[in-house]
Amino acid sequence: MKKQSIPIFDQSTIPNNLCPIATEYSKMMPGDWRSSLPVVNRKKCVKCSICWLYCPVQCIIERSGWFDANLATCKGCGICAEECPHGAIEMVAEED
Amino acid sequence: MSAVLKPKNKVLVCDGNEAAAWGVVLSRPDMVAGYPITPQSSLVEYLAQFIADGVLDAEMVEAEGEHSVLSVLQGAALAGGRTYTASCGQGLAFMFEPYFRTPNLRLPIVMSIVTRDGISPQCVWGGQQDAMTVREVGWIQMFCESVQEVLDTTIMAYKIAENHSVMLPVNVNHDGNYLSNGIVRIELPDQDEVDHYLGNKDVNWHVALDPQRPMAVDPLTGGSAGTGPALFTRYRQGQCEGMQNSLGVIVEAHKEWAQRFGRSFAPLIEEYRLEDADYAIITIGSMAGAGKDVVDEARNRGERVGLIKIKTMRPFPIDAMAAALNKVRAVGVVDRSVCFGWNSGPVFQETLAAMYYARERIPCLSMIGGLAGADLTEVHFERAVRETAKLLTGPCPRQPIWLNAQD
Amino acid sequence: MYEVRLHGRGGQGAVLAASILAKALVAEGKHVIAIPQFGFERRGAPVAAYLRVHDQPMRAMTNIYKPNCVLCIDSSLPKVVDIFSGMTEGGMLIQSTKRSLGELKIPSSVATVALCDAVAITLEIFGRPITNTTMLGAFARATGMVSLESLSQALNESNFRDAGLKQNQLALQRGYELTQVHTIERREAA
Repeated sequence: MKKQSIPIFDQSTIPNNLCPIATEYSKMMPGDWRSSLPVVNRKKCVKCSICWLYCPVQCIIERSGWFDANLATCKGCGICAEECPHGAIEMVAEED
Repeated sequence: MSAVLKPKNKVLVCDGNEAAAWGVVLSRPDMVAGYPITPQSSLVEYLAQFIADGVLDAEMVEAEGEHSVLSVLQGAALAGGRTYTASCGQGLAFMFEPYFRTPNLRLPIVMSIVTRDGISPQCVWGGQQDAMTVREVGWIQMFCESVQEVLDTTIMAYKIAENHSVMLPVNVNHDGNYLSNGIVRIELPDQDEVDHYLGNKDVNWHVALDPQRPMAVDPLTGGSAGTGPALFTRYRQGQCEGMQNSLGVIVEAHKEWAQRFGRSFAPLIEEYRLEDADYAIITIGSMAGAGKDVVDEARNRGERVGLIKIKTMRPFPIDAMAAALNKVRAVGVVDRSVCFGWNSGPVFQETLAAMYYARERIPCLSMIGGLAGADLTEVHFERAVRETAKLLTGPCPRQPIWLNAQD
Repeated sequence: MYEVRLHGRGGQGAVLAASILAKALVAEGKHVIAIPQFGFERRGAPVAAYLRVHDQPMRAMTNIYKPNCVLCIDSSLPKVVDIFSGMTEGGMLIQSTKRSLGELKIPSSVATVALCDAVAITLEIFGRPITNTTMLGAFARATGMVSLESLSQALNESNFRDAGLKQNQLALQRGYELTQVHTIERREAA
């Protein structure tokens, strides 16, 4: 996380065996287990934002001339490619 | 999911959930109802698959939640149907209202609890907290050690539940994760033989929602005036009698099973290498397997240790436990759940109570482990054996030992 | 007793692989206990399954901490999970990968490595990288503990949801044929 406007609660101020809580961000990202990723054809993209609307993890970001997927959180479900009315998105196999 | 085999195939390689489902198939229920919840989910999925494939000829109600699941089965039982369901954890909690009522109505419903730990801290893994928490509700409760025992006990449960001197619902419990999804080789009993074993269905000879036998079911009873106190007491006494009768019926059901099918399981408690033992581990459920391995190794080293395994938790086999306690000078109880009111495990608490009827008070140590899917291995049982051996010569701690605390 | 730990990701069929292997071993007269490790039931989450095989009946329903053999059906998993944890000295690794032996990080406890490019095989057969049955073929080839016939028969008895039985039989066969088994020279301690 880049910005934290209210500091995370300091767990050391309470006993550690009361109600279970967590204050450390997990390093896991949904992008970690992707097996295919969306590739956007910028010429076909008209920024209609249908992909942004449908993405189940809200990972579509707006660029100057097209919409793209944030690969840290994109899990490769392919819904954006399925829904794009202009066929601008193609799912491509992930290299490992 | 394994292939759908005709029950004529004798050998099967499957997990506890599938074994339970086959036990249900062989028992020929009229209605099953279910709602999925980890780690029971595959059990109800197998039932649905078996019905779709024509292997199980029963109505299946996929209710919107566990509260309705058991309520529907109460109706079916009152109409004379043999019934079955399975649940655990939060599902059992959601089911609590009808669960609470079922034994009071003396309905012989059979239900598997695929035991799961209490949900907070948030967990999706096996334990025994759910089944142990509801032990006072009045259901008969049996805990299985092996996958074969799950299948066999599911069928035996109907014989016990529907016995006229019992007429109580039965929980057949098997450990979530380790037994529910642990795959081993088992044998499927023959359907005809099971039919002979169970005999004719006789589910609602004593109560019915049936226009041919008009009666009011469960009218208002009790209060402090008139016949209330005596009447209510009569029903409670009857329920307790049914529970006590079930001890003998459980033993007989297991004996007949052994005669017909060649497999015997200790019906109430099992005494493992207890003769000439100085001390013993007491435990329950699938972890007894690792416990027995450790007892064997300890015996090879010359330690005089045995193991007591509880199968029937409700009604608690007081006399059998007292007799077992009479054979040793110290016991260590390995529980897979917590008795919050006693700062111990529940089996520990019950053992102390049974000890009142034994010849003398002996040191008894509480050990708790295997919570929320934690493994109870040979290493943990070796520690349990060491800690229990210490009781022979040293003081007995009042605090429980938490076996996985440093894992 | 021989202890195998299978590693994979949710949705690849690692747990089903353990079940099929268990069936095949039982058909050959062995005693088996196979237990999956539970986590969140989500596609992609690391999944493990524990399988013990013995000539005598076993009682302990516990996980495996000192495997003799690690069977990893996902090529990217070793980067995020320590699949070698507790590996016994002289153990075996069976790994799905397109890389060669020299490119892999393998601890000195491992004496035998079997490699199979299961992704390539399965992409060709199924169009998707579902590597479980291919890697069962690799297991049979690497360990010799179970025959291809028994595995094939066990496949027949398992319901397949997505892909056809024929395709899985072919994957099993190819996994067996295209696995390279390497014996590693033990390095002397300096």
